Amino acid sequence: MPNILEVRQLVKHYGSFTAVNGVSFEIQAGEIFSLLGPNGAGKTTTISILSTLFPPTSGDAFVDGHSVITDALAVRRLIGIVPQEIALYEELTARENLNFWGTLYGLSGGALKSRVEEILTQIGLLDKASGRIKTYSGGMKRRVNIGVGLLHRPQLLFMDEPTVGIDPQSRRAILDMVLELNRQGMAVLYTTHYMEEAQELSHRVGIMDHGQMIAIGTVKELTRQVGETETLRFQVADAGAAAQFTALLQGTAGITRATSTGDEVSVMVPHAAEAIAPIVTQATEAGLKIRSLDVQEPNLEAVFLHLTGRALRD
Amino acid sequence: MQKLLSIALKDLKVAFRDRAGLILMLLAPMALIIGMGVISGRFSSSGSGAGISDIPIVIVNQDEGQLGQALVDVFYSPDLVDLIAPITTTVVETARQQVSDNTATAAVIIPAGFTASIIPETALTATSFQTPTVISIELQTNPTRATSAEVVRSIILEFLARVETNQVGGQVTFEQLLTQKLVRPADIPALARDFGTRMDAGANASASTTITIEHMTNNDAPPAPFDVLALLAPGMALLFLMYTVTRGGAQLLAERDAGTLGRMLISPASSAQILGGKVAGIFLTALAQVVILIVVSTLLFNLHWGDWRGLILLLPAVAAAATGWGFLIASFVKTPQQAGSIGAAVMLLFGILGGSFGTNVPITGFLDTLSKITPNAWGIQGFTALGNGGNVTQIMPNLLALCIIAMVTFGMASLLFRRGNLIKK
Repeated sequence: MPNILEVRQLVKHYGSFTAVNGVSFEIQAGEIFSLLGPNGAGKTTTISILSTLFPPTSGDAFVDGHSVITDALAVRRLIGIVPQEIALYEELTARENLNFWGTLYGLSGGALKSRVEEILTQIGLLDKASGRIKTYSGGMKRRVNIGVGLLHRPQLLFMDEPTVGIDPQSRRAILDMVLELNRQGMAVLYTTHYMEEAQELSHRVGIMDHGQMIAIGTVKELTRQVGETETLRFQVADAGAAAQFTALLQGTAGITRATSTGDEVSVMVPHAAEAIAPIVTQATEAGLKIRSLDVQEPNLEAVFLHLTGRALRD
Repeated sequence: MQKLLSIALKDLKVAFRDRAGLILMLLAPMALIIGMGVISGRFSSSGSGAGISDIPIVIVNQDEGQLGQALVDVFYSPDLVDLIAPITTTVVETARQQVSDNTATAAVIIPAGFTASIIPETALTATSFQTPTVISIELQTNPTRATSAEVVRSIILEFLARVETNQVGGQVTFEQLLTQKLVRPADIPALARDFGTRMDAGANASASTTITIEHMTNNDAPPAPFDVLALLAPGMALLFLMYTVTRGGAQLLAERDAGTLGRMLISPASSAQILGGKVAGIFLTALAQVVILIVVSTLLFNLHWGDWRGLILLLPAVAAAATGWGFLIASFVKTPQQAGSIGAAVMLLFGILGGSFGTNVPITGFLDTLSKITPNAWGIQGFTALGNGGNVTQIMPNLLALCIIAMVTFGMASLLFRRGNLIKK
């Protein structure tokens, strides 16, 4: 499959701060590629460069062969954007918003009208299209936000954290929409800090941290990096107890890594079944009360932890 | 062009759906116009309804000479028959009582010796020629009728200014005659009386033309009647026009922060189309605002705005000049809040400088020069000219000035605005 997107050594400096530091990756036509990383990793800056909002400090990217630096207009016609913020006009209705944005993408007349109705049906808001955006729930706003990005039938859709701040039901609807769009042949660059979204949606995942791409591959390829390591998640009384527990586990045989976040302690072990009992005994002897325990198979969270020493949600 | 228009019309729609904005764009100026109309008596049941007419005054003339009678004649002149309703009395206390009882706006008391204080009757010498002490005219005014009282005061001041001009002229003449030994000191009194008679005649002649109501008319239309609301309404409309355009500038920055501007920038629309569309949106909103205010005030208050051809040219010119200022303010502030604060200050400053508040205190010197950069000054002047029966020719300088303001402010703002300003940091 040909590449719809090629990113080569993208760099972006803001004064002395480097937001994106030599990022390179490709996306094939019809592929869902996720950029996974915590807040501040450089995902949004990367998307902003790729969508031609501002140029990189160095490096380049090509959408279907068109440079984002020298051929920005052609790139804008090929890509659709679903920004992280709800970039809609609250005083206008959903239909009016779609009509307006459609004209900016060159649609007009009957073609615009029918496309708007198509989009409204696709996002499930046809019967609510005459309501002003300000009366909508967060999930409904996000769906209109996505609809705007689809108006001109882009070849490549950039979605920047599209499920932030919405209820689980709406989130599910959006994820299903992304899968359906992909089934229809659309390539998607999806950024998120939710591991489970990246795992569910993506053909391939790129993990970013501190402006750098630290790993790229399929979910299986990435999780193989942590081997069969499983993660035990203990919830204890408070952050102090978690820190005490973590210190207690350092250097213990059979434990690959132990870290704490708030009142939660994550322990990576080769075999969870064998490690649970000794760890619980250690905690009990130290007077630490364990409130809950969760066992996770190798996943992207573990990969991130393995690569950076920090949890994805730090 | 389609994208530019689409952006402009979208902004117009958004502006007119913002309830808080609508209150300040339309309701506030209407309320102020009504309020000022009430204060000026525009809506009173008596009189012509024009607000300032038939001002009742009481005159007491205790002067024995020509000038006192000349001032009385000014108030009884045909040119002021609609404006002033004078009565005379010989009793000062009666006059003062009528003002206190609120049956008269002012009492004009011309003291004895007023003429003599200006035209000397005693013998003068070249070495001792001195201007005698002038006795003042007393004006007692009713504080509840400040506007009408001010009219009376300005009539008296105009009269006195002409008298003083002639008096100074006469003094210089006598000094020169004595110095050059062309007359004897003993002849001065007779000369002074003769001069005074001619000055009196001159004062009368000038007094009869002291207050004239000039109607700048086109050949077809009758002179427009005086209406205080026609004087106040343009000022209020232009004051709040500045609010609208500075709010438009703040909205531009708010869109940047909200992400919609960024979304526009990554669409196939160019930066020029986007910025042009935003500015056009501010212009259309401003234009719609003044048109609505004019239409509503015409329907509600029967205001006469004058020659429609002049209005068709003046309204977009005023809107363009104001839009330029709103755009310029947005180009050098960093946040919508700054735009709002600075915009409010500019709105008030322009209103004061440009005459939106209808102040009786004339603006002179540096402030007058400064007022020339405001759409308010040129706009109010233009509306007033049209309202007084003027036509397109009379307001050409105003149209030109407003266009220059628009071009200069747009030009400056365009230089200051860069694509980087439009992107959220």
